[in-house]
Amino acid sequence: MTTSLDSAPLEEQIAQWRLYLRRRRAIHGPDVEELEGHLRDQIAVLSQAGLTGDEAFLVAVKRMGSLDALSREFAREHSERLWKQLVLAPDAGDEPSKTTLTETLAVLSLAVAAALTIKLPALFGFRLGGGDEPFYARNGSLFVLPYLTAYFAWKRGLGVATCAWLVLSFAAAAVFANVFPFGPHSDTGALTALHLPIILWLVVGIAYLGGRWFASGRRMDFVRFSGELFIYYALIAFGGAVLTALTMMMFKAIDINAQWLAEGWLVPCGAMGAVIVGAWLVEAKQSVIENMAPVLTRLFTPLFTVVLLAFLATMVWTGSPIDVKREVLIVFDLLLVLVVGLVLYAASARDPQARPDFFDALQLLLVVSALVVDAMALWAIAARISEFGFTPNRVAALGENLILLVNLMWSAWLYARFLRGRCSFAVLEQWQIAYLPVYPIWATVVVVLFPLVFHYR
Amino acid sequence: MELGKDLVAASATPLVLAILAEGDSYGYAIIKRVTELSGGHLEWTDGMLYPVLHRLERNGLVAAKWGASESGRKRKYYRITKEGRAQLAFQRQQWHVVDSTLRGLWMNACEI
Repeated sequence: MTTSLDSAPLEEQIAQWRLYLRRRRAIHGPDVEELEGHLRDQIAVLSQAGLTGDEAFLVAVKRMGSLDALSREFAREHSERLWKQLVLAPDAGDEPSKTTLTETLAVLSLAVAAALTIKLPALFGFRLGGGDEPFYARNGSLFVLPYLTAYFAWKRGLGVATCAWLVLSFAAAAVFANVFPFGPHSDTGALTALHLPIILWLVVGIAYLGGRWFASGRRMDFVRFSGELFIYYALIAFGGAVLTALTMMMFKAIDINAQWLAEGWLVPCGAMGAVIVGAWLVEAKQSVIENMAPVLTRLFTPLFTVVLLAFLATMVWTGSPIDVKREVLIVFDLLLVLVVGLVLYAASARDPQARPDFFDALQLLLVVSALVVDAMALWAIAARISEFGFTPNRVAALGENLILLVNLMWSAWLYARFLRGRCSFAVLEQWQIAYLPVYPIWATVVVVLFPLVFHYR
Repeated sequence: MELGKDLVAASATPLVLAILAEGDSYGYAIIKRVTELSGGHLEWTDGMLYPVLHRLERNGLVAAKWGASESGRKRKYYRITKEGRAQLAFQRQQWHVVDSTLRGLWMNACEI
């Protein structure tokens, strides 16, 4: 094997090579793994013969042959691969079909379990649509995310210790969601409902990454997964809406009101089960809609930039100040979330080695205009904050605004440096990845401390 | 001495099948064995072995299974099937015909 001294750059070189291989549409994941195994065997033998990591890598790659010729051979052998299939047919021979069947069954039972769990509180007198919505809102993520975590824990083969921590996190979340005596219109209760999913999504992420959250190189994989899941979920939700509407109309034709079926079963159970099924689809068919989130990012970055610039221009032209109402902070928080999302997904799909291009300049313009708009909103709010006093909603919104602002300001700075060739894009990506844990930490503060500080208001 | 492209391609199937007939193996070991047996005269571009293996697998001549290497990495192992052995016997006859024909020709050429 290679000595530990030169193994780090070697790993980087292998990762780079794997990335190039992945881009070939004819060469699929398991084949990449097989070829990588070959490369590693070759490197190991060459290193034993006295070559350094670099030399061994170069010789091994050279012996592997040109990637173009290789992918042509693969395409000839697997011509079907150039048409990506949406059907979940097991790739012949890649894995024994038994595993696929087991996984299908496991996923379906987890989805059914999640769908039934949301009906469980009804047995104890909590009724959806009967005044217990705050309870359902606070616990919503607890109905489904434990099952999603269980799926990944099973798929990644997590150890007992890690699993114990995951279970403990969910138990703690369940306690904090329900132990405080929230009133029916409690703001802190609503904040818990909004922030608990952010924390639990981190728990899902830990399971997704096989318990290795701190190996930050793979965190971006989880970001990609989240984006793809969102897209799949939106697609499934659209199908579900069509199904629900059709059900209602058909039963109406025979004069039977099926509203209870739709509202009590179809929508809540479907919403829960779809999370599991969506996650499974992302896992099973990573390559099908793999590039969807980055494509949407590319599409909407220019559009949002135009809208922001138009907003700024209108504000300057007409001189009308921002009317500070209750929702204003939320709107600007959402704007920042969106811009951070666009930056994050643009980073997730970008080749870190590529030179700065027009799109990067556009990203910087988007970030800077969002910062200017947000600074104006903050200014307006700060000017009148004494009149408002501090409410839980305002403190939470201000805190989030601050967190996102810090992220975007530093991102803008790094973008500017990158565009002038002062630093590599990898630095920007690392910044985004390193910043990810800040969101769940703030969410924890909101869920755990806010109800106590604000007396469950 | 380097063999022509067509000859390398034609001999790939019987070579791979014959090596797997000796026992289950995986990509890297197969290539090592080929180099070893040919005394280094038959050098394949490593990557090209895999499309060949996948073709044999699709045709049911070999079966593949994921296992673990000594260092614990995932590794795909190949095993020859019954059809594979039949195909190997058939190919062996064919190569024998080619070999004996050429041999006869060249023996005569020497005598003249």
